[in-house]
Amino acid sequence: MPAALALSGLTKSFDRPVVRGVDLTIAGGEFYALLGPNGAGKTTILRMVAGLLKPDSGAISIFGIDALADPVAAKRLMAWVSDEPMVYDRLTPLEYLDFVAGLWQVEPDRARRTAHELIDWLGLAPYANDLCGGFSKGMLQKVALAGALVHDPRLIILDEPLTGLDAGSARQVKDVLRHKTEAGVTVIMTTHILEVAERMAERIGVIAEGRLIAEGTLAELRARIGRETTLEEIFLDLVARGSQAA
Amino acid sequence: MSATASLFWLARHELRLSWRDAMAMMTGGRRARLIGWIVGGLAVYALITLIAWFSIRPWVEAGALIDPQVLLVVSGMGLLFWAVNLSQALEAVTRVYYARSDLDLILSSPTPGARIFAIRAGAVFVATFALGVLLISPLVTALVFQAGWHWLSAYLLLAALAALSVAIAMGITRLLFHLAGPKRTRLLAQIVAGIVGAGFVIGIQAAAILSHDGFSRLAFFQSADILASAPDADSLLWLPARAAMGDMPAALLLLCCALAILGVTIALVAPSYGRLASAAAGLNHVRRRRHASAHAFAPATQRQALRRKEWKLLQRDPWLLSQTLMQLLYLVPPALLLWVNYGAGDGTFIVVVPVLVMASGQLAGGLAWLAISGEDAHDLVSTAPLSQSTILRAKVESVLVVIALVLTPLLLMLAVTAWPMALITALCAALAAGAATAIQLWFRVTAKRSMFRRRQNASRAATLCEAFSSIMWAGTGALWAAGSPLLVLPAIAALGVLGLARLIAPKNA
Repeated sequence: MPAALALSGLTKSFDRPVVRGVDLTIAGGEFYALLGPNGAGKTTILRMVAGLLKPDSGAISIFGIDALADPVAAKRLMAWVSDEPMVYDRLTPLEYLDFVAGLWQVEPDRARRTAHELIDWLGLAPYANDLCGGFSKGMLQKVALAGALVHDPRLIILDEPLTGLDAGSARQVKDVLRHKTEAGVTVIMTTHILEVAERMAERIGVIAEGRLIAEGTLAELRARIGRETTLEEIFLDLVARGSQAA
Repeated sequence: MSATASLFWLARHELRLSWRDAMAMMTGGRRARLIGWIVGGLAVYALITLIAWFSIRPWVEAGALIDPQVLLVVSGMGLLFWAVNLSQALEAVTRVYYARSDLDLILSSPTPGARIFAIRAGAVFVATFALGVLLISPLVTALVFQAGWHWLSAYLLLAALAALSVAIAMGITRLLFHLAGPKRTRLLAQIVAGIVGAGFVIGIQAAAILSHDGFSRLAFFQSADILASAPDADSLLWLPARAAMGDMPAALLLLCCALAILGVTIALVAPSYGRLASAAAGLNHVRRRRHASAHAFAPATQRQALRRKEWKLLQRDPWLLSQTLMQLLYLVPPALLLWVNYGAGDGTFIVVVPVLVMASGQLAGGLAWLAISGEDAHDLVSTAPLSQSTILRAKVESVLVVIALVLTPLLLMLAVTAWPMALITALCAALAAGAATAIQLWFRVTAKRSMFRRRQNASRAATLCEAFSSIMWAGTGALWAAGSPLLVLPAIAALGVLGLARLIAPKNA
C-alpha cells in the first residue's frame, strides 16, 4: 500500500530559502505531529502538500498520486484546516457544509447525514442555522474542521488547529481527530502545544531552518538525545542542535 | 506628556499613520514608484492647469463680468461639487465608527473617546478639504495668475464647504445611530451617501431631460426659465458664489460660520463616540439565525455549488450589495430619457446606449472583484478537487448572470422601441462586462470581501484599464447607434487597452 504522504527533496524559497530539501514519508492511518519554532517552514511544507503553494523542486505523492502532476486527484483525498478558520461570515454551518460537499461532489444524502452527525459531534447543533459571522474563534475552527471532514478525506492536514480554543473545544477537536485515526484516516498536524503532540502523535517530526532535523516516535527521539525527559526538553535540545549545525 | 494622550500627540499619531498608509498605497513598498507618482502627477496637473488657463481666458479678457447668469452657473456647479463632497464626508465619518483597526486598543486606553473622535473628525475635514483642493486648484491657479490674488478666496470657500460637509455628515450619522441603531447605521449611511452624491447629479439630469430633452447640467443652469426664477444679484443666496469668485470678506464670513458649526457639532457628537463605536464593534459578536433551506444538500455540480455560494453571499450582504448596485442609480437618467422619447428618433439612443454599456462594464468590474478576488475562504476553494479554470469559470458565470438580470429589463424596453439598438447595446454591454471581468481576472489578488471599498487601491493600473475599456466600449456603442463607421476606432482602442492590461498584469496572477 502506498504511503499516505511521501515528500522527496522538497524545496521552497521566498526572499530566502524556507524549505530546504525535505524528505518525509507518513504511512496510512498514522497521526503525525510536525513541530518546529516559529518560521521554521512547517506551514510552508503543509501548504505545498495541500496544493496552496508550488514547490521550487521536489516531489509530493499522496497515496501514490503525484500531487504536482495531478493536483485534482490528490485533492480529492485530502482536507486542509488552517490556523485561521476560513469560513464565510454570511453562511450558516449547515450551508457551509453543503457548499463544501458540493465542491467535493459528495452524494447529497450522504453529505446531509454526515453534516448533521458532525454538527452534533462538535456541539454546533444549537447554532446550525446561525450565520457564522457572530461565532467565536473556537466555533469557527469547529465549523472549518467539520468542513474538512464532511467529504471523508483519507488525509487530513491541520495547521495549528488548537490555537485559541478553550479546553472544552480543544478536547472535542482532539476526540474527533483520534476517532478519525482509529478509523484509518491519516492526520498530519503542526502544533506548538507539545503536550498534544506527546499524547496524540504516533510519530513526531522536528523542523528547524527549513530542514527536517529529527523524526520518530517519542521513545526514538528520547534515545536520540540520550536521556529520559519531556518532549519539551527534547524539542528545545533538538532545535538548539539544529541551529548550531546550520 | 500628561497621563492621557494630548490632542496634539494623537493628531501626530493619526498623521503618521495616514502618511505611511498613503505612501504604501502609492509606492507599493517601492521608493522608485514615488518618483513616478510625483512626475506623473505634476505632468497631469500642468496639463489640466493649461486647459483651465485657455478655457477662462476669453471670459477674463472680456472683463470677468459677474452677472446673475454667471452666479447661477457657479452656484449650480458648486452645489453639485458640494453634494459629492458631502457624500464622501458621510462615508468617511461612518468609517470612523465602524473601522476596527486600532480602535480596540485606543478605546481600551485611558484616553477619552471624545478626544479621539475630535481628532478623527478633524482628519476627515482635512482629507475632504485636500481632495477639493486637488480638484479645483488648476482652475484657481489659472484665475489667480490671470485675474488677481483675490481668487484665492475659493480655497476659503472650499474649507467652509468641507467643514459644513463633515458637520452635516456627523449629524446624519449620529441621528442614524439614534433612529436605526448600530446594526443598520452603516448600510443606511452608505445609501444616504450614494443618494446625496449621485442623487443631486441625477436629479438635475432628470430635470434637464424632462424640460429640455438633454443631459447637460450646464444647459439646465443656463436656461431662461431657471434664470427668470433666480433671486436678485444682491441676494444673500449668492454669497457662496461670490466667495468662490474672489469676494474675500464673503469667503471669510462663510468659513468662520462653517468652522463654528463644525466645532459645535464635534462638541455635541463626540461624547457618545466611545459608546457607539463599542456598540458597532459588538455587532461582530451578534448571531443572526436563518431558516434552514429546503434546498440544502440538493444535487449540484461543482460550478453550481460555487455560483450558488457567490449569489447567496452577495444577496446576504446589503452593504456590499448597495456599494455595487449604487452604480445603477446612474441608469435612471437614460431610462427616463428612453421613456420621455419613446418612439422618437435615433438621437435618444446615442445617449442611452453608451450609458448602459458603461454601467454594465463598471458593474461587472465590481462584481468580478467580489467573485474572483474577494474570496473569504480562499484556502478552502483552492484545496477543493477542481481545476483553477473551473473555479474561475463558475465565478465569472455568477457575475455575468447578475449583469444580465440587471440589464434585461432595460434591454427589453429598448427592444420594444428599436430592436437593433437593443442588440447593439446587448453586444457592447457584453463586451464591456467581459472586458472588465477579464481585467479583474488578470489582476486578481487574494483579499477579503470586506476590502471591497479599497479594491481600487490594490491596483490602480487595473482600475484605469477597467475604466478606459468601459469608456471605449461605450464609445463603440454610441457610434454604432449613430451609424458611424468610426465605431471601429474606439473598438480597436478598447482591444488595445485589454492587450495592455494583459501585458502589465502581474505574471503570477
